[in-house]
Amino acid sequence: METDKKNDVRTSTIRRDPRLYQIASLSTLLLYGLLVLRFEISIRQIIVTLTAAQLTQYAATRLCKLPAFDPKSALISSLSLCLLLRTDSLAVATLAAVITIGSKFVIRWKGKHVFNPTGLALVIVIASQLGWISPGQWGQVAWFGFLIVCLGSLVVTRAARADMTLAFLCFYIGLLFVRALWLGDPLTIPLHQIESGALLIFAFFMISDPKTTPDSSTGRLIHALLMSLAALYMQFGLFMPNGLLWGLITCAPLVPIFDRVFPGVRYDWSRPTAGQKSIPTPLSIPLQLQRRFS
Amino acid sequence: MRPVVIPVFMVLVGLLLWSPDASAFCGFYVGKADTQLFNKASEVVIARAANKTVITMANDFQGDVKEFAMVVPVPTVLEKDQIHIGEATALKHLADYSAPRLVEYFDENPCRLALPESRAMDLMSKLAEAPARLERQRSLGVTVEAQYTVGEYDILILSAKESHGLETWLSENGYKIPSGAAQVLRSYIKQNMKFFVAKVNLTEQSNLGFTHLRPLQIAFESPKFMLPIRLGTVNADGPQELFIYTLTKQGRVETTNYRTIRLPDAQEIPLYVKDAFGNFYKDMFSRQVKRENERGVFLEYAWDMNWCDPCAANPLSADELRSLGVFWQEHARRTGKGVMPQAQNVFLTRLHVRYDAAHFPEDLMFQETSDRSNFQARYILRHPWMGTDDCPAATAYRQQLRERYERQAQTLANLTGWNIGEIRKQMKIASLPAAEGKKWYQRLWED
Repeated sequence: METDKKNDVRTSTIRRDPRLYQIASLSTLLLYGLLVLRFEISIRQIIVTLTAAQLTQYAATRLCKLPAFDPKSALISSLSLCLLLRTDSLAVATLAAVITIGSKFVIRWKGKHVFNPTGLALVIVIASQLGWISPGQWGQVAWFGFLIVCLGSLVVTRAARADMTLAFLCFYIGLLFVRALWLGDPLTIPLHQIESGALLIFAFFMISDPKTTPDSSTGRLIHALLMSLAALYMQFGLFMPNGLLWGLITCAPLVPIFDRVFPGVRYDWSRPTAGQKSIPTPLSIPLQLQRRFS
Repeated sequence: MRPVVIPVFMVLVGLLLWSPDASAFCGFYVGKADTQLFNKASEVVIARAANKTVITMANDFQGDVKEFAMVVPVPTVLEKDQIHIGEATALKHLADYSAPRLVEYFDENPCRLALPESRAMDLMSKLAEAPARLERQRSLGVTVEAQYTVGEYDILILSAKESHGLETWLSENGYKIPSGAAQVLRSYIKQNMKFFVAKVNLTEQSNLGFTHLRPLQIAFESPKFMLPIRLGTVNADGPQELFIYTLTKQGRVETTNYRTIRLPDAQEIPLYVKDAFGNFYKDMFSRQVKRENERGVFLEYAWDMNWCDPCAANPLSADELRSLGVFWQEHARRTGKGVMPQAQNVFLTRLHVRYDAAHFPEDLMFQETSDRSNFQARYILRHPWMGTDDCPAATAYRQQLRERYERQAQTLANLTGWNIGEIRKQMKIASLPAAEGKKWYQRLWED
């Protein structure tokens, strides 16, 4: 960032940084969950999670000698943790927050972190039976409200990785409907299956993290398809309750391979770009919007 | 960085050490709400550890046992020794042990007690064939995988290729299958489920001398932790009531595809509810169901099987738990000589669901969580102190009684949807010696 344009850049960053919008929508959802849906999370756990995440981010910033401390990504990750992770122990909440942020700095490949930070922490905590996710905690009202907010976020922020989100949702929901049609189930069943706040958090906030998605749009499209297949297999083949999460984590190590096969432009939060288009696809429509924006 | 980080870490450590007040239960157990309160109620006990599952199924079938038949989709073909007849008494004990309960407290003489009366309140934090028939079977695509007589039941394990064939086979063999079941059967067939079909063997039943139907138990290994409810919704007139008790090693069980909600607990309700606790619980449950738009699964009890407080019934013995499918307890059983055998490592979750096809399109899917915090649906009666002593504390105590009654009336109205006027009448609030009519400002400036 050039010093002479510093102030200009700062104001425009606030306007264009999609993370601010994400923070606002996640916070609102958490408040609604606490007050109306009675999420089984204490205020103490929220404070501990958010604090531990910021401290880890701060410590890592200093240790890795990064130019500036940026609390936004850590806040999004820790808000997602609060929405998803349930545990009886504050120590586990702290551990999850530390793993979330720590993994970004420790598990890296060619300058990008490999795993989605929140996803990795959740998988570790669940696998070690220290905590759990309540996939059924969302009510219909909350889901529809949150869906609108999430879709709104695509429009308002022109999120850089909207193609990833949309592709994943199309594949995942499409396959759920195909399964229902094959089984001869009423369509209320797949509709009921997608009515999960966790699905929206995965699709709009975790899967779309530019730091853990392939750089090129072709890579992202293939990755989205593989992730949907993995998630559905875990859910209906292995009968695992959190198929989405496991799908996300197991497919993460493929990202460096996609980046090698389909190279693209690396993402920078202050300059949202969609990466280089390798092959034109119908999903490139939102990408055009972003070009204009940056 | 150090000067900032250290204080913040201290805050974090402080937060970690900050634990909620240790809460203990007090009060005397006075009543429970029976599962018999509900019509068309089925009870299912699922004992599960790793992928090993034992399901005990009981329903309140009332009518001619000749008419009784049940079709349950199961994940695997069951051998004869995977099917067993359970004991209704153990299930009844489990239901009583975990029932929503009523406790009562008695206020003490405020003159002798310097502590504020609110002190007494504590809140707790937290369920073999003729050739012609064989031919017909084959043409319908139905295979009888196994056929057993267990206790008073005739049991068939069927697998099918095609739902209409199965539907036809079942009707031809005297099972009343509601129209529309074929679609659901087809879905289960494609998911490679088998069908456990039970009818009452009248000869066996009269030989055994049982007048009621005993619960059926099946044991199998499968990663599927679910309860098929879809067949039950096909032709049901109105919603059905289901109590699910899970016995697990690790912790509380919840549904993953429906919201699991805790029933309101530890609420103070008017004294007269003591004689109408059954009605209170029924109406309160119905209201909670409506509040959740008829889509919720309700948690009524979550507790470590070793104890209870207050106890609606004694904890189940290791033998009783074993009869309900707890298979991981052999050692505990042998060591418990002389003393009452303690059930170790069993966590009970009791879930209550009112379901119909419109609101519960999918089968119930479960997961076991690592949550071992206790929860019980408990309601409180507080008897006022009726003494005649006179002291400033007694005056203050009498003044706040009316407010307390009013609060209880509102809680009751809010929980059950009962008419508040009627509640006040029942409580005789109007005839109370009253709060003396003194307003807060009058009390402020009185001498």
